[in-house]
Amino acid sequence: MSGPSDYQPSNPALQWIERRLPIFGLIHSSFVAYPTPRNLNYWWTFGAILSFMLGMQILTGVILAMHYTPNADLAFKSVELIVRDVNYGWLLRNMHAVGASMFFVAVYVHMFRGLYYGSYKEPREVLWILGVIIYLLMMATGFMGYVLPWGQMSFWGATVITNLFSAVPYVGESIVTLLWGGYAVGNPTLNRFFSLHYLLPFVIAGVVVLHVWALHVAGQNNPDGVEPKTEKDTVPFTPHATIKDMFGVACFLLLYAWFIFYMPNYLGDADNYIPANPGVTPPHIVPEWYYLPFYAILRSIPDKLAGVIAMFGAIIILCFLPWLDTAKTKSSKYRPLAKQFFWIFVAVCILLGYLGAQPPEGIYVIAGRILTFCYFAYFLIVLPLLARIEKPRPVPNSISDAVLAKTGSRSTPMVSTAIVLALAGSLFAGSIDSAKAAEGGDKPPGNKWSFAGPFGTFDRGALQRGLKVYKEVCASCHGLSFVAFRNLAEPGGPGYSVAQAAAFASEYKVKDGPNDAGDMFERPGRPADYFPSPFANEQAARAANGGAAPPDLSLITKARSYKRGFPWFIFDVFTQYQEQGPDYVTALLQGYEDKVPEGVTLPEGSYYNKYFPGHAIKMPKPISDGQVTYDDGSPTTVAQYSKDVTTFLMWTAEPHMEARKRLGFQVFVFLIIFAGLMYFTKKKVWAASH
Amino acid sequence: MNPDASTIAAGAPIEVDLSPIAEGQDIKVFWRGKPIYISHRTKKQIDEARAVNVASLPDPQTDEARVKSGHEQWLVVIGICTHLGCIPIAHEGSYDGFFCPCHGSVYDTSGRIRQGPAPSNLPVPPYQFVSDTKIQIG
Repeated sequence: MSGPSDYQPSNPALQWIERRLPIFGLIHSSFVAYPTPRNLNYWWTFGAILSFMLGMQILTGVILAMHYTPNADLAFKSVELIVRDVNYGWLLRNMHAVGASMFFVAVYVHMFRGLYYGSYKEPREVLWILGVIIYLLMMATGFMGYVLPWGQMSFWGATVITNLFSAVPYVGESIVTLLWGGYAVGNPTLNRFFSLHYLLPFVIAGVVVLHVWALHVAGQNNPDGVEPKTEKDTVPFTPHATIKDMFGVACFLLLYAWFIFYMPNYLGDADNYIPANPGVTPPHIVPEWYYLPFYAILRSIPDKLAGVIAMFGAIIILCFLPWLDTAKTKSSKYRPLAKQFFWIFVAVCILLGYLGAQPPEGIYVIAGRILTFCYFAYFLIVLPLLARIEKPRPVPNSISDAVLAKTGSRSTPMVSTAIVLALAGSLFAGSIDSAKAAEGGDKPPGNKWSFAGPFGTFDRGALQRGLKVYKEVCASCHGLSFVAFRNLAEPGGPGYSVAQAAAFASEYKVKDGPNDAGDMFERPGRPADYFPSPFANEQAARAANGGAAPPDLSLITKARSYKRGFPWFIFDVFTQYQEQGPDYVTALLQGYEDKVPEGVTLPEGSYYNKYFPGHAIKMPKPISDGQVTYDDGSPTTVAQYSKDVTTFLMWTAEPHMEARKRLGFQVFVFLIIFAGLMYFTKKKVWAASH
Repeated sequence: MNPDASTIAAGAPIEVDLSPIAEGQDIKVFWRGKPIYISHRTKKQIDEARAVNVASLPDPQTDEARVKSGHEQWLVVIGICTHLGCIPIAHEGSYDGFFCPCHGSVYDTSGRIRQGPAPSNLPVPPYQFVSDTKIQIG
């Protein structure tokens, strides 16, 4: 992409093509012979990581779209069917959902890198602006993708974000109707979001081509911010940058795989496992972690229009960065003041992200306002001012001088570690525990679960006992609509044989039809049937239970959570703690108290439960000691019942959990070996250049 | 990309029977995919709504202008927070009206904004009384 190439393929067939379409010359000049500065550090591998992630998202997305149904009534179910029934569907979905987060992790590192080393400065202004456009497109794509599973957070996130446009004076309402294709977020909205979610990644890919083109015209910036002058300053892209990027990608894959295989729901929100309900707003709406700093800015401004302007302004301001920071020295390495302010700015962004996930009250609002001011002040006051008053340290004459002088100083790894920690912090700060179970409820105690940890498996006995408890107790009110009888015989489940599952199914009456006479009829269940729901519809369930519909239990252990709070949510990433749901469910079953504490008044028809948010639950104490008989001699106590049924419900929420963890281990072994090989190859390739 | 014909047709007016709603209670009905709160206000709630100094409100509007005269006990509002579209909860918040859980906007017993980031009052949908106990929304 940088001028005509003198590359000539040796193979006659390729020569024939090359004379008609010089594509091999283009590839050769762009990705093989292309001179890359020899002092690039690992922060420069994030360009390759991002390209890899874009490819990954498109690939997994295209396959997911083959199985997904963009319809408000079917979308939630189709996503569940992908996870449960499609071959490796759980893997595809995790890769795609976690991939979106990882894409943003990488893009934030990439952007902060550009900010620190002044990669937006002359002659790279257009390159930078193209990058900001890609970032905006990514945000739009990510947002619309999050809407597609049509859970509660999808629906209400879509409502809040589309309503941002209603702040536009005069035409706001019309714009919002146009976005919705209706009078509220609904099926037409879902359809168009799906269409755009499929389209935009290819637009991103197009702008990425422009981005890379602009990069190859202007040349890469480098940590010292001096342009390459002689051949000594550069090395050929292949093998030097290629192998280094491969190593970078391999390391990044380790992080990616950690979340795919061990913490797939950590970056999501428990509420999104509840199907969208236009009549109930979740108590605490939060966007995904990568939007949180901007969400915090939106909320910290008390005026609606001004808040929306500030939020978009916080992104658009990046486009003007090349003209706000007029300092001649590019790299912050040689700018003592700019370096310090850069780190303060990073901290401001992370803290804004943390505030975005907190409820908008009290100290959080005030802190949000101060940090919003700091965010804008960095661009509008600090950078223009520094350009005038700061005395930069002298920059080296050339890149090769900088490489040779570097031997003594070892401060770079320290800085790098700080960046890693800071970014990791921002990621964790973004993890949003659903506040649902936290508000007004006690924190459930932790339990020892057989399925916890990287090698966790389900306790078959507990699954079988839990199924019995569900069948004899829970099933009278709660459905299990995503679970089929055939699942009981599948590997990683309760361990029944196909014949046992069929016998189990035949005990149920299933409605079928219409028959030849046009009537509906009942027949014994077959393995392919799903657990029948106790009520015909939600209204019937509501009417029969004093106004509160008993939720379906298929996903309950993933749909319930409680706030872990700082700093626990950070430790959870390393300990792989993700059993908030099971802990909550089992605590709830044991949390009934006959004696209502003083000062608490219960509405009529409610019961006191220590762990239920607000304490007043409509479900009476569901189970008591000795109610279900066990054949295997396990104690027939409420504590045992609760643990068993929770284990069973964890399995119904994620029937392929064992396969996930098993494959995860294999992938990790492979990736560690692969990354090691890449590292030593890279060392060898670069031996002469350092 | 505007609403298609079937969506518009589905948005035709609806009739709601008010007789089962006791004083102090409210119901939520859906019209054009939007939740509409119909509150049967108590005397105390009406007095509260009328006692405020209208000029001091963020979006000044009298209670009289928000209900139909002769049917002061009935408040009919679109239950969508004017901030960012969440559904406020009835009978919550410090003004005994509506409270939006998303960003903390508080509305009074007339559905007027009193606190928080929302810029305007809960809108009153077009409706009229067909009889004393029945309204038509739309």
